Amino acid sequence: MSLTRRTTTSLLKPLTTTTSLLTRRPYSTDNSTPITVETSVPFTGHNCDPPSRSITTTPSELMTFFTDMSLMRRMEIAADSLYKSKLIRGFCHLYDGQEAVCIGMESAITKKDCIITAYRDHCIFLGRGGSLLESFAELMGRQDGCSRGKGGSMHFYKKDAGFYGGHGIVGAQVPLGCGLAFAQKYKKDESVTFAMYGDGAANQGQLFEALNMAALWDLPAILVCENNHFIVEGVEFVDVRERDPIERIRKLILAHDLATEKELKDIEKQARKQVDEAIAKAKESPMPDESELFTNVYRKGYGVEVDGMDAFAVKQACKFAKEHALKNGPIILEMDTYRYHGHSMSDPGSTYRTRDEISGVRQERDPIERIRKLILAHDLATEKELKDIEKLARKQVDEAIAKAKESPMPDESELFTNVYRKGYGVESFGADRKELRATLP
Amino acid sequence: MATNLKKLGSILTKQASLVRRLSSSPSLASDGANGKSINLYTAINQALQIALDSDPRSYVFGEDVGFGGVFRCTTGLADQFGKHRVFNTPLCEQGIVGFGIGLAAMGNRAIAEIQFADYIFPAFDQIVNEAAKFRYRSGNEFNCGGLTVRAPYGAVGHGGHYHSQSPEAFFCHVPGIKVVIPRSPKEAKGLLLASIRDPNPVVFFEPKWLYRLAVEEVPEGDYTLPLSQAEVIREGSDITLVGWGAQLAVMEQACIDAEKEGISCELIDLRTLIPWDKETVEASVRKTGRLLISHEAPVTGGFGAEISASIVERCFLRLEAPVARVCGLDTPFPLVFEPFYMPTKNKILDAIKDTVNF
Ligand SMILES: Cc1ncc(C[n+]2csc(CCOP(=O)(O)OP(=O)(O)O)c2C)c(N)n1
Ligand SMILES: [Mg+2]
Repeated sequence: MSLTRRTTTSLLKPLTTTTSLLTRRPYSTDNSTPITVETSVPFTGHNCDPPSRSITTTPSELMTFFTDMSLMRRMEIAADSLYKSKLIRGFCHLYDGQEAVCIGMESAITKKDCIITAYRDHCIFLGRGGSLLESFAELMGRQDGCSRGKGGSMHFYKKDAGFYGGHGIVGAQVPLGCGLAFAQKYKKDESVTFAMYGDGAANQGQLFEALNMAALWDLPAILVCENNHFIVEGVEFVDVRERDPIERIRKLILAHDLATEKELKDIEKQARKQVDEAIAKAKESPMPDESELFTNVYRKGYGVEVDGMDAFAVKQACKFAKEHALKNGPIILEMDTYRYHGHSMSDPGSTYRTRDEISGVRQERDPIERIRKLILAHDLATEKELKDIEKLARKQVDEAIAKAKESPMPDESELFTNVYRKGYGVESFGADRKELRATLP
Repeated sequence: MATNLKKLGSILTKQASLVRRLSSSPSLASDGANGKSINLYTAINQALQIALDSDPRSYVFGEDVGFGGVFRCTTGLADQFGKHRVFNTPLCEQGIVGFGIGLAAMGNRAIAEIQFADYIFPAFDQIVNEAAKFRYRSGNEFNCGGLTVRAPYGAVGHGGHYHSQSPEAFFCHVPGIKVVIPRSPKEAKGLLLASIRDPNPVVFFEPKWLYRLAVEEVPEGDYTLPLSQAEVIREGSDITLVGWGAQLAVMEQACIDAEKEGISCELIDLRTLIPWDKETVEASVRKTGRLLISHEAPVTGGFGAEISASIVERCFLRLEAPVARVCGLDTPFPLVFEPFYMPTKNKILDAIKDTVNF
């Protein structure tokens, strides 16, 4: 497991196909010939200047993004059918649609950096270098799973790559991430923690507590909100936007013909100007006394809004955030993303949104399609070659599933292991307190 | 041990499909009903509908309840009563319950839903420190008696660590709240309405395994069932079995099997866990001389321990065998080997025989 920045390696083990594809291309002679790409939409910075929209990449990175995301997509689709054929039990939450967040983040950081996330964790595990076999075995509750079959879909972990898992309680992982970041700060090894959570989790009190602690102690913590716009059945912030008080008044004014749209826009422009002037002035005002550190906890509310469907935007933002966090403490990245599947396997995902909405996102914002277009535009591979990569991903997923199916179930005694640390001699009992008595190993 | 477990495991897995056929069981179904046959979540829905209809100062809220909730218990209520009375909250359990306490303190009926009992723990502080003690610490100046917290609890066969737990015992350690768990649709409707109207905060756990599975005739109108009153749902003379919620269906099966072997079991549904009906249980144990308690939560520190201790205090000289507890194992709720963990029919049957032949 290499702990270094992964720009050229791919999750797909036999890289040969990818490289051989490239040898027939003009860039092949130099896979690192820089290519400049522009993010689809600008970043929005909160209390900080956002990173630049233009990003330098290489042919090999583009190909890696495509290959890795294709593999993730295929893995999730396969998990969907395994669940439907009852080979996966428990709760299962899929990540397809959100791949760019994982891929972009991984390409900006190293395995010394930590990641902690919620239950939508399969692809994050893969991104950290986990294998397909470990994933599918875990999903099916087998011994070869990354958590020895005891965690299931929601509880993937990979300690050697700084992946702290896989948490079932919404929001609970974020304060843990702050603890990780504190430990990292002590080590002084320039590493940071990415604590990931959803737009639903953003409502939990723990999140604010965590952010406050992180700011108070200047922790190298990056809070990554994966805003996929759904919280189980689709309670969304958009609800709130519809009720925007300004929009209401705007409608009333227009309805009563009190001003034109243009005039209202001008008023807003004026407001903006006044605010900007005030900010400029405020910036000249001296910093507060150190003693005020504990009185104004939002002193450091930094953040960047990112197009989470664009792997390069994510990469750029994560690089930026890491530098920021090491220098200035916590920062929030809000990744605007989308999940194609329902919330979990018990949600068809079709009652609170239209098919058109989903296919619209697929057509216009799909993270893999975006990379495909870039590759084709730069003539790095043909459509057929990209299709072959996808076929290969499919084959590898199928092979991993076949292997995982051969992996045995955990031993029955595993029911009692890992409740406490080994060797504590704690007794656990079966029903009749006689036959099933066992001392925990 | 592994072999023992394996043996048991194969028995259990064969049995797993047999347990929990509540709907077909005649004696578990409450009698005298002449309403429609409905399942448990529909019964809950009816109770909420009646609560909202009969008291304009009642409110239903929680994660996704405006859409009907993940178990469909609140289907149609937002349409019928408006979004100002039946509404979605953000995803924040501590906030939900705290908000409910405030709402109830102003004299309203606040009916909060926690999506799964496993997610009630972020709200634990609000329930234990705020709701339960509001009346006491204000010398009765304030209370939040209008608060009812509903939460689906218990195993469903493959729910894993965080969709299966039975946290009732934590709350039974808290004077000031009531804990109620129904066993069937008709019970659920009457007990929920009683809980909503009770002048004390109530934590109401709903057996989610039975939401769709349990079907019985439920009166269509408004009715309540008394809290803190246990019910003898099967009479017998050799041993008393005490349980609540979904576990009663499993215990009932064990009673039927025991009867085939000539053992007559008395089965009691506790219905309200605190304050619980010691008299009914005591009277039964005085008659049978033996007691078995069964619950899904881990055995250590479970509410079975409390029942056992109280009954031993009251009936020590009358007991002919140690009190038996057939409960969940002392492990986290497992993803694999759920049947090993569960207090299944065969485990109960074994314990019945052991106790009777002590
Ligand atoms: C404390 C807690 N409350 C409720 C739940 C049930 N639940 C699981 S996921 C979820 C929605 C979370 O939405 P979001 O944070 O946006 O993440 P997403 O599923 O979109 O990735 C809910 C309510 C839970 N797991 N934990
Ligand atoms: Mg979300």
